[in-house]
Amino acid sequence: MSDIFIAVGALVVLSLIFGAVLGFAAIRFKVEGNPLVEQIDALLPQTQCGQCSYPGCSPYAEAIANGEEGINKCPPGGESTIQAIADLLGVEPEPLDAEHGTEKESAMVAVIREDECIGCTKCIQACPVDAILGAAKQMHTVIESECTGCDLCLDPCPVDCIDMLPINGGLPAWHWDKPGQIIATDATNNANEGKAA
Amino acid sequence: MNTSFQLHDFVGGIHPTDNKVQSTNTPISFAGIPSKLILPLTQHIGTQSKPLVSPGDTVLKGQLIAEAQGFISANLHAPTSGTISAIEARPVAHQSGLSDICIEITPDNNDTWVERTRITDYKKCDATQLINAIQAAGITGMGGAGFPSHVKVSADPAQINTLIINAAECEPYITSDDMLIQERAQDVISGIHVLAHILEPKNILIGIEDNKPKAADALIEAIEKDADTPDIQVVIIPTKYPSGGEKQLIQILTGKEVPAGGLPSELGIVCHNLGTAYAVHNAVIKGEPLISRITTITGNACAQPQNYEVLIGTPVEHLLNISNTDIEKTSRLVMGGPMMGFTLDQIQTPIIKASNCIIAATKQELPDPAMEQACIRCGMCTEVCPAQLLPQQLYWFSKSSNLEQAEAHNIADCIECGACSYVCPSNIPLVQYYRFAKGEIKQTNEDKKKSDRAKIRFETRLARQEREQAEKDAKRAARAEAAAKKQAEKKAAAAANPEGAVEKKIPTADLQLLQKKFDATKAAVAKSKDKIAALEASESPDTDKIELLKGALEKAQTKMKDAAKAMAEAKKAEKATSTANADKGDPNSPERLKNKLELAQSRLTTAQTRLDEAKAENSDKVAALETAVANQKQRVQDALKALDESIQQTNQQNTTEIKVDTEALKQKVLAAQTRVDKASERLNMAKEQNLETVGALQTGLEKQQAKLDEAKATLASATLEDAK
Repeated sequence: MSDIFIAVGALVVLSLIFGAVLGFAAIRFKVEGNPLVEQIDALLPQTQCGQCSYPGCSPYAEAIANGEEGINKCPPGGESTIQAIADLLGVEPEPLDAEHGTEKESAMVAVIREDECIGCTKCIQACPVDAILGAAKQMHTVIESECTGCDLCLDPCPVDCIDMLPINGGLPAWHWDKPGQIIATDATNNANEGKAA
Repeated sequence: MNTSFQLHDFVGGIHPTDNKVQSTNTPISFAGIPSKLILPLTQHIGTQSKPLVSPGDTVLKGQLIAEAQGFISANLHAPTSGTISAIEARPVAHQSGLSDICIEITPDNNDTWVERTRITDYKKCDATQLINAIQAAGITGMGGAGFPSHVKVSADPAQINTLIINAAECEPYITSDDMLIQERAQDVISGIHVLAHILEPKNILIGIEDNKPKAADALIEAIEKDADTPDIQVVIIPTKYPSGGEKQLIQILTGKEVPAGGLPSELGIVCHNLGTAYAVHNAVIKGEPLISRITTITGNACAQPQNYEVLIGTPVEHLLNISNTDIEKTSRLVMGGPMMGFTLDQIQTPIIKASNCIIAATKQELPDPAMEQACIRCGMCTEVCPAQLLPQQLYWFSKSSNLEQAEAHNIADCIECGACSYVCPSNIPLVQYYRFAKGEIKQTNEDKKKSDRAKIRFETRLARQEREQAEKDAKRAARAEAAAKKQAEKKAAAAANPEGAVEKKIPTADLQLLQKKFDATKAAVAKSKDKIAALEASESPDTDKIELLKGALEKAQTKMKDAAKAMAEAKKAEKATSTANADKGDPNSPERLKNKLELAQSRLTTAQTRLDEAKAENSDKVAALETAVANQKQRVQDALKALDESIQQTNQQNTTEIKVDTEALKQKVLAAQTRVDKASERLNMAKEQNLETVGALQTGLEKQQAKLDEAKATLASATLEDAK
């Protein structure tokens, strides 16, 4: 009979000790904020374009973390971002929600046709990353290296003098493409199928 | 000389057919001056050079035409004298086949040198001076990568113990270093001495493969001629591809491995290409910048494979022409070696500082790559990988774009030597996959950097906007507070005098309504009167009808009277309220009386006019009106009297009231005092005479005293009020 009491007693003492340790750890190593939001935010492309209907990438990350929003609302990030977030959250990747826009082939940059600019500063106010320089009644210009290609400056422009052009990095930005995916056996299979048909 | 040297080996490597013999039978010859020289601004690793000339300028041979921008960049010089004919984008010697900015020179064929500054005795110069000379000469690594040489020689001499000169030239076909040594060994050794003087290494090693015995002999001979120079060791290493790779050569010669992501200088080693040493000799000893190099033209399509001294910027076409290359037969034109080189699409592409070989290969020689087949996991690629990576794993990761895993498997350490692709039985272009993955990783990292920057900028912008909003809010709040204060002051002022025109609209509205009613009834009365008159005037008066109408007229008249009454009452009430508002309570105030008087006067005048009218008409109303006028006159007189009285009263009140108060009280006090004095005198006298009246006098005095006190108190309070 006493064995049972010893066992129960030992378990009670152990649970008290571990409880105290865990309680202490919960206070001592408390993480401020939601680390998940930061992790999701780090995967988003930071174009701050608002195409997800949130005012910037960080609010969208927060909405995803709270489970309020799907992970497929980010056209600039595209499939790769959806995949990365799905991996992070352990959910099934979904196809990009076409309602919010489509993924662009290449990164874009805003270019102001400077002759036509009337210096209204509307695009400057619209730019989420302060990548447009200029002053009232002075010509404006885009700092290309800082432009995220978010399109937000296009609508406010009263004279439609802003173009979105694909980024041409020239030689420094060039890199090899993936080799053709067709392998010999595929080719012969295709040929055979073609013959059969 | 190298008998005692302990050689090491690196893992992997291959032994492709070397095909070097073809181009070593003919001595180096000068390729001549082509009709155009095309000089790309980016011939090196690092920042693009900045052009110093513009189209139309004439330049001399060796003149600086584009200067380095930043430390990791290189100068560019005119290879011959001539005119700048264009600065524009041209296809350049690059794997991408893309165009880049180039300076085009049309030579004048005079080959006039710019003034050259030689360093006569480099041994007397300090390292900085020599490094500057190397930098000024625009020397970049001549082995293929094109890394600016002055950066490499700027290593701290205290940390450098070994200088390795790379003469391995392990790629097939290429013989430019071989021939350079065979013909100009003395100059090469001189260049090595200069490098050694800068870096002060303990050991100087020249690594050369054993398939170049003539070159090795030439080197040894040249070193033995220079007795007083530092000891240079020529190390003959077994032929194996890629022993000429910097990391591999270091491993062979020293047994040390360059750490992943590290530089040889971390091991105390600096490695230079042999061609670079020759360029250093030219720059320092002869004062000539890097404007030409030795390039091998070979391949089965080439009738006279040999090495040429080529001006930088010479189009490949020119070399193909002078070497009698059959362009028809050429299926692939390769710049660099067959392992690491790249195919040129255009024969206009110029030779750059790093171009060591041009292979004009026939179809049999370099057939189109065979169709890629499935990986059979044979593991041969792993066996030959000199970097000891897992090519198969990297292949899977690259193919599925699993960049994270590829990075985790050290794809960055791949030297892209192509040994794995060479041995692959499935003809998988493995290196292409790695290059793709490396490019993607680089791109991803750059995108990440950019997005981080965008995030910071976005957050900074938000913070700025918040701050501005807060400032605005604060200003607005301050304004609102000021406005509220003003409002409160106004309210307080309004509360202090509440007679501030509180209009009573309802009685006026009533009055208007009543007026309308009255007018309507009046009109009705007039109408019925007219009707009666009309009926009476008619020839056959209908008496019944007249009676009826008269009854209606009476009714209308009573109605009119009622209306008039109601209106009068309403007017009265309104006046009462307005006068009550204008003057609170006091019915005898002068203003009120004045109003009364005016009213009475106006009534009198109207009565008078009516009387006059009546008199003129000889009406029987005259007597009644006369009495009425008399009454009104009486009222006016009464009102006048009352007004005068009230004015007098108020005047008296205004002037005398206060004085009366204090003066009277003072007199009262004085009177009381005299009375008290008298009473006390009487009391004293009675006491001396012992009269019976003492008791009565005593009480009298006390009474008088009390009265005096009272008077004094009232006086005090009056003066106090006065003072207020």
